Amino acid sequence: MNVNLSAEELAFRDEVRKFFAEKYPADIRYKTDNGIELERDDYIRWQKILYQQGWAAINWPVEYGGTGWTAVQKYIFANEIAEANAPDMVAFGVKMVAPIIYTFGDDEQKKRFLPDILQSNVWWCQGYSEPGSGSDLASLKMRADRDGDHYIVNGTKTWTTLGHMADWIFCLVRTSSDVARRQEGISFLLIDMSTPGVSVKPIITIEGDREVNEVHFENVSVPVENLIGEEGKGWTYGKVLLQHERTNLAGTARSKFRMRRLKAKTTQSVHGAEPLMKDRNFARKFAATEIELKALEYTDLRTLAAVATGKAPGPESSILKIRGTEVAQAIDALYVEAAGYYSLPFVPSQYAVDFPLQDRIGAGSESRSSLRYFNNRKASIYGGSNEIQRNIVSKHVLGL
Amino acid sequence: MDFSISEEQAMLVDSVAKFIDNDYDFETRQKIAASDAGFSADLWRTYAELGWTAVPFSEEDGGLGGGPVELMLMMEQFGRGLVVEPFLANIVLAGGVMRRLATADQKKKWLDPLIAGELHAALAFAEPQGRFDIANIATTARPDGQDYLLNGKKTLVLNGGAAELLVIPARTDGGQKDHSGITLFAIRGDAPGVTRNSFKMVDGHQGAEVSLTDVRVDGASILGEVGQGYETLHAVIGEATLAVSAEAVGIIRAMQDKTVEYVKNRVQFGVPIGSFQALQHRLVDTLMACEQSYSLLLWAAMTNAAGSDEAEKAISAIKYQIGTAAVHVAREAVQLHGGMGVTWELDIAHFFKRITSIELLFGNADYHLDRYAGLS
Repeated sequence: MNVNLSAEELAFRDEVRKFFAEKYPADIRYKTDNGIELERDDYIRWQKILYQQGWAAINWPVEYGGTGWTAVQKYIFANEIAEANAPDMVAFGVKMVAPIIYTFGDDEQKKRFLPDILQSNVWWCQGYSEPGSGSDLASLKMRADRDGDHYIVNGTKTWTTLGHMADWIFCLVRTSSDVARRQEGISFLLIDMSTPGVSVKPIITIEGDREVNEVHFENVSVPVENLIGEEGKGWTYGKVLLQHERTNLAGTARSKFRMRRLKAKTTQSVHGAEPLMKDRNFARKFAATEIELKALEYTDLRTLAAVATGKAPGPESSILKIRGTEVAQAIDALYVEAAGYYSLPFVPSQYAVDFPLQDRIGAGSESRSSLRYFNNRKASIYGGSNEIQRNIVSKHVLGL
Repeated sequence: MDFSISEEQAMLVDSVAKFIDNDYDFETRQKIAASDAGFSADLWRTYAELGWTAVPFSEEDGGLGGGPVELMLMMEQFGRGLVVEPFLANIVLAGGVMRRLATADQKKKWLDPLIAGELHAALAFAEPQGRFDIANIATTARPDGQDYLLNGKKTLVLNGGAAELLVIPARTDGGQKDHSGITLFAIRGDAPGVTRNSFKMVDGHQGAEVSLTDVRVDGASILGEVGQGYETLHAVIGEATLAVSAEAVGIIRAMQDKTVEYVKNRVQFGVPIGSFQALQHRLVDTLMACEQSYSLLLWAAMTNAAGSDEAEKAISAIKYQIGTAAVHVAREAVQLHGGMGVTWELDIAHFFKRITSIELLFGNADYHLDRYAGLS
């Protein structure tokens, strides 16, 4: 029993590390290092670099352009991309809709959609939640009524992350109300957002940014060939996707990176103060969070090892989601505490590329720490709230 | 034993509560907070006309003779209404110093217009390197003939941008963390050598960084005795700690009520989500946290009103409670509101941000737990 990397794996790690050092664009890194929001073009440019390298779709089967990496290689990659402070591929295309398309779609759909996802030519967003359907997703009401070779779609999707940047949206829609179980009337439909009748309205979140949206559909005509799999089977497909989403939510690599950064910051003097780590209270809290994170990392590795032997991620992934988001939120709170009074100024304008770093109020991105803390309260709510995750564990793991 | 409030106190609560209910709904508050000034100058004059700005001052100073209990009662309401007008900065902080130290002449010049709502003021209680330690002062006041020259930097000066008068603690003697050697100076906000970098805060309030470069002040600008400022600073910050704790109690009670209302109305799986036991128990826990916080707040207000020897401890106790229990209530309120809880549109998010500010202001939970332990 060990968690050592083999010589090949170490060589792979070096290769990945070298790639990030050489190919991650300095201007984008400047933004991620200094708390500046990325633009749509930044994401696309970076994702195309990953594509050129063959690393855009690390989880896909090789035949569609995936890497064929082992679980350990994926783990190494996740650590290195976090260490480089480079953004992950935006999840909605490559990690969320693509697996549905290559698993349940027909050949025509695979040919039509997968290459553009792989090459970041098309930006996808997710249409699951509705104003009245959050935790109870199966109650969704957005209708898709068959009319010849089209569906006519009416309804509203909400919490659509980066929907204002997206070209296409994948939706769970209701194609039939005349079913024994309401889940059976749900279908999986792909919709071009430039179709007449689609409108995107911003939702401003707690920290003041536009990240999520409400997407309205009014008599939107969608060709039937955009239906994935069978009509009425969308719920089953969507559940697979949700489970897939959950395995990406522990975020241990990012959390480890953030803890190391925080340690570096708090073991030196900022604003001429004593290093905060010399404060026993802070040091203990930091240590407790680090221990929790270490436990999470090992739980994550155990899951990874199981997946490597061919086991599908099961309801245990809910544990990763719950603890992963809780640890991330604890780290957010530590950042706020570390910044102290400097976490309180609300000055979005100083997080522009041309704003001189030395003129910022607060050292580095201190005044960004509270905004991140506020924003990330969402983590225990999205992707199936942590309450829903506990229901899943209770039902499927404990059998209660 | 009597927890009831007097008729005068009830009238005060009633007057603030009616204002919040009738004239300060959430949309109004949001508009005010988003304005350039960040607070309503008109409403500030209204607060003065209603006598609120006079509450903590003695009758001979033109005030109403209120104390910690009156302050608590008002701040709870201000919390509930998410009031952004600078009551804390003007009345509790700057006013608190002047009420204790200003000479008759100084009062006439500064305190009278402050109470009348015609002068804005701020107390620069924090320095970049000091975190929560108000004695950690690197700003210097060097004698120069009959005058002093002030040099240094202050951070998070509440209401510092609008303030026509800044109260600056500066070191005339002693080491950087010594209690002795701190002198309080009253200077004009626009005095030569003063640079202010104003900002909105995450909670909708106003702050500023203030840099002082050879700011020349005369002896008439000194509040109290040279080198003896710490005691007053400490007392004023104690009172301000009590004030924001009361505000926090007002906030978490509002959050609790709104969350209970929300779970009764939000239907998922065909039933109100409040019918789930998993959520019911959590809301019972947050209710207990609210009630325990209120109890400690009463202890703090009463011991401070009575000047009891537990007064200091009680302030740290309630602030510790706010830094733990109130933060818990606020997080749960956001969580149970689901996605709506993290939208700008809903007041819950703004209550949450104000609680985050208060969590840090004048020392976080750890700071006050240490302080409490040291006083035991």
